[in-house]
Amino acid sequence: MEKLFFYLVALVAVGSGFLVVKCRNPVNSALALVNTFFCLAIFYVMLHAPFMAAIQVLVYAGAIMVLILFVIMLLNLGSEAHKRFTHSLIGGSIMGVLMLFLVFFFVNRGEPTGMRGNITDGLVDKIGHTELMGRTLFTEFLLPFEITSILLLVAIVGAVILAKKEV
Amino acid sequence: MTLSLSNAPLWFVISMLVKIVLVFVVVLLIVAYATWVERKVIGHMQTRLGPMNTGWHGLLQPIADGLKLFFKEDIVPSQAAKVPFLLAPMMILVPAFITVAVIPFGPDITIGGYTIPLQITDLNIGILYILAMAGLGVYGIVLAGWASNSKYSLLGGIRSSAQMVSYELAAGLTIVAVFMLSETLSMRGIVQAQQGALYGVIPFLPDWYIFYQPLAFGLFVICGLAEINRTPFDLPEAETELVSGFCTEYSSMKYALFFMAEYANMVVIAAIAATLFLGGWYGPFPGLGAINLLLKIFAFMFFFIWLRATFPRVRYDQLMFMGWKVFLPLALANVVITGIVVVLVQS
Repeated sequence: MEKLFFYLVALVAVGSGFLVVKCRNPVNSALALVNTFFCLAIFYVMLHAPFMAAIQVLVYAGAIMVLILFVIMLLNLGSEAHKRFTHSLIGGSIMGVLMLFLVFFFVNRGEPTGMRGNITDGLVDKIGHTELMGRTLFTEFLLPFEITSILLLVAIVGAVILAKKEV
Repeated sequence: MTLSLSNAPLWFVISMLVKIVLVFVVVLLIVAYATWVERKVIGHMQTRLGPMNTGWHGLLQPIADGLKLFFKEDIVPSQAAKVPFLLAPMMILVPAFITVAVIPFGPDITIGGYTIPLQITDLNIGILYILAMAGLGVYGIVLAGWASNSKYSLLGGIRSSAQMVSYELAAGLTIVAVFMLSETLSMRGIVQAQQGALYGVIPFLPDWYIFYQPLAFGLFVICGLAEINRTPFDLPEAETELVSGFCTEYSSMKYALFFMAEYANMVVIAAIAATLFLGGWYGPFPGLGAINLLLKIFAFMFFFIWLRATFPRVRYDQLMFMGWKVFLPLALANVVITGIVVVLVQS
C-alpha cells in the first residue's frame, strides 16, 4: 500500500519535473515546479519527517516560488516563450546522464558521513520531529545555525542596499 | 482504545469519511449563508432591508444566486492562458477547505469501545500545516491575475501577492508567541493547554490565550483579514480602480468559486483564531464542543462583516507601511517579550 502510494507520487514528481523543463510558458514551468515541491513534501511525510514537509511547502512552495512567479509576471516573458532552444541539448543530456550515475552510485554504494544520532521512527513519533530538530539545532549545532542566520542577515542588508536609490 | 487503521480498518475509514463529509458540508453551509448574512447585516447597518423577496426575509437567496451562477455562460477569454486560467479558481478554493482538517471541534467521544477524536486529523505540526496552506492560497490569486490577460486582473494579482506575502509573515510570527506558551504545534494540544481557570487562580474566567497574548490576538485578526483580502484590505479587488481585480475576467461557476473561497477563508481564519486564542471547542456549553466552536466562528464572521460596513479601504502605501513597519516589529517584539517571560516563569 505504502509502496504503491510512493510510486504514484514519484510518478507525479518526475512527470512534473519533466514539465518544468519542457513547458514553453515560464509560468506553467513554475507551476510544475510547485507541484514537484509538493511531491517532495509528501516524501518527507512518508520518511517520518513532518516538520521538513511543512517547511518545504511553507518556504519553497509558499514563499520562494511566489516570488519567482511574481518576477516572471512582471518581466512578461511572452516573446521568449515561443522560441525553440536547442543549443544546450547535448550539454544537458551529458550532465543528466552524469547526475543519474552519481545518484545511483550514492544510493547503492554511498554512506552518509558526519554526525549520526541514534534516531529511530519510534523516537520521532514519540517526542515529535519538531522537538527533536529544535533541541539539536539549539544545542549541538548552535554555531552553524547562528552562522546561517548571519549569512541571511547579510543577504537582507545587501538586498536593501541594492534596492535603495541613495544609501 | 483509540480507533486507528491497524486495529479496526473498516470502522476507521467509515469514521474518517463521516467526519470529512460532515465538516465539509458544515463549512459549505456556512459559506452559502454567510453571503446572505453579510447582505442582511450590511443592509440593516445602512438602514436598508437587504434581500427580502426570495423566501422568508430572503432566506433562499444563496440558493437562487448559486443556481443563477450555475446557468450563466462560462466565458474563457480568447487571449487567456488556458491551463492557469482553469487552475486558478481551484487553487484558491482547495487550500481554504483543507485547512479545516486540523481544527478540533470537540472532545474525544467513545463509540463501541473505541475512542474517536473529533478532529479530522491531529497533525503534530498542525500550525505549520495551516501556515503552509495559507502560503499556497496566494497561487490562485496570482494565477487568476496573470492568466486572464487583462490589465486590471494583473494589477489585482500583483497587489495581492505582495500583500499576502507581507502579511503572512506577521501572522506567522504572532502564532509563534502562542506555541511558545503551549509548547506544542498540535491544534489539539493547544486547545487542551487552554482549559481550566484563568492563570490557574481566577475561576470564573477561562484560561484562554487571548488573556496571555492580547497583542498577538489583535495582530493575528488584522493580519488574517489582510491575508484573505477582506475589507479594509481588499485592494486586490478594489472596485473603484480595478473593476473587480483578479476575478474581472471570470464568469459563471468559476467566479462563484472565487466568491466561495473568500467566505471559506473567512471561516478558516475565524476557526483558527478561535482555536488558538479563544479555547477552541472549550467554552460555555460543556459537552457540545462543536456548538462552542461554531458560536465563536459566527462571532468572528459577524465582526468581519461589521468591519466591512464600517471602514473605508486603506491606501496601498498605507497597507505596506502597516504590514512591514508596524505589524512586523510589533509581532517580533511580542515574540521576544513572550520568550523572556516564559524563561522567567519557568526558572
